[in-house]
Amino acid sequence: MTTLLAAADRGSAEAAGPAVRPILMKGNEAIAEAAIQAGCDAYFGYPITPQAELLEWMARRMPECGRVFVQAESELGAINMALGAAATGARVLVSSSSPGISLMAEAMSYMAGSELPVVLVNVMRGGPGLGSIGPSQSDYFQATKGHGHGDYRVPVLAPSSIAEAVGLVADAFEIAERYRTPTMILADGVMGQAMEPVVPSYRMPERLPDGWQLSGANGRPPRVLQSLHLLPEELEAHDRHLQAKYRTIAEREVRWAGEQLDDAEIAIVAYGTAARVARTAIQRARAGGLALGLFRPITLWPFPSDALAAVAPRLRALLVVELSAGQLVEDVRLAVGDRVPVLFHGRMGGMVPTPGEVLDAARRAWAMTEGPAVSR
Amino acid sequence: MEHGTILCGFGGQGLLFAGQVLAQAALLEGREVSWMPSYGPEMRGGTATCSVVVSDLPIGSPLVDLPDSVVALNPPSMARYEPLLALRGLLVLNDSLIEAEPTRTDIEVVRLPCTELARAAGDDRLVSIVGLGALVARRPIVGGDSVREAMTELVRKHHPELVDADLAAFAAGFDRAISELAVAASGGSRSA
Repeated sequence: MTTLLAAADRGSAEAAGPAVRPILMKGNEAIAEAAIQAGCDAYFGYPITPQAELLEWMARRMPECGRVFVQAESELGAINMALGAAATGARVLVSSSSPGISLMAEAMSYMAGSELPVVLVNVMRGGPGLGSIGPSQSDYFQATKGHGHGDYRVPVLAPSSIAEAVGLVADAFEIAERYRTPTMILADGVMGQAMEPVVPSYRMPERLPDGWQLSGANGRPPRVLQSLHLLPEELEAHDRHLQAKYRTIAEREVRWAGEQLDDAEIAIVAYGTAARVARTAIQRARAGGLALGLFRPITLWPFPSDALAAVAPRLRALLVVELSAGQLVEDVRLAVGDRVPVLFHGRMGGMVPTPGEVLDAARRAWAMTEGPAVSR
Repeated sequence: MEHGTILCGFGGQGLLFAGQVLAQAALLEGREVSWMPSYGPEMRGGTATCSVVVSDLPIGSPLVDLPDSVVALNPPSMARYEPLLALRGLLVLNDSLIEAEPTRTDIEVVRLPCTELARAAGDDRLVSIVGLGALVARRPIVGGDSVREAMTELVRKHHPELVDADLAAFAAGFDRAISELAVAASGGSRSA
């Protein structure tokens, strides 16, 4: 583990110089490089489409930077190596795609219980099961409602452009370490495979002082990191502590963005690639006289419920657009209750809704909510 | 202004690279741009597709459902994407492989023998670059100079020996698309 600690001390020597002009990067590669520039000490992974370029980038760049790269024997191996490295206080990244993420659920639960910071990237593909390699958002429930067993939460950040993904990588490490919690970046096949301009200017979150890490007990009492608490009273106290932490995260870390909401009569609620498709549909709708806007959650947990509830009363409907069967719909309904109709359009299995389809769904929503029956 | 292009053909025809050149040229011009490849099973032998969106505003969908331009390098690509073209959209066809005539009359069509022109330029693998030349000749999505600069930058990295052939292939496609236009304007018919 000496290597990891040495890497941790290296500081920002590799920060990008001045004169930064944008470059085109694949999402997978941009996320990987952003993690390196954010001070990632160790990466563990196993290849799977559509996130393979992330692992490939790390395979080349991490050794170049004198850091740890391990292509494990399986996803189970990768995430448990991450658990061990995170316990030493290393800044750790793991990435995979949907079926691989499922395999990692157990260790994620252990890390939540042991309060270990790690950033896990899921470049989602179609499911269930081995599914397809096409882009999907059907791991929303898995990411936001639990993943593994036990009473825990994982902050989930969902980039909607490759430039945004770069910024969210640093945020994810910061959240993971500030709250000592596994944190997830939820992307999809489009975000992983597309290329967009990225300004190669990165942020390295500050290192928190040594306090809990298993960094060698020389000169101090040993520390213990564990998720096992056999006495129910003891475990309940620990769980209460975790829940208090999650409440703090829910108060402080909510992120969302709005586009053209001021005069919107219908808002599309969408994240990631779906939000990008929605943006094009909104442009077309507005060209045809329909005032649409976009409400885009960036943190999927904590969900921006209050912000959405505040926007909703001004609207005649919300249209949820997803690459799934409608998983986000549940959080939207919880946020707005009966105050506004919640409609849905989605595609599954690796299919991406087209802007034209979304526009049609918005037109139907418009027609359905027209007339005096709708109180606003 | 936003322009969505779909480049499509067989895997191995270089269309992902041609799309990358277009995207890089847009980047050099300081425009917003997205490049999205097909990465599904079709990459293993069948039809491959690449969407490039260039805009002055933040880009919405990186996947194009209503293309302003389509560069089709093989018959299945034409069959699939001609119907999707926007009104008055541009269809660039690879005459070397496509025999069928387009059915739509509300679009602009440019046919050119991409394989032969690429071979004449120095490397018959550069069919997509010929198609890119024709595209940029008819739709100034980006400037020709930007394309040449982007191409030189990208090719020099791994295949410096191919820079001249790439530039020549681009010029061949560009010039043919312009001369076809002149033929059409003078009332002549397409030369086979």
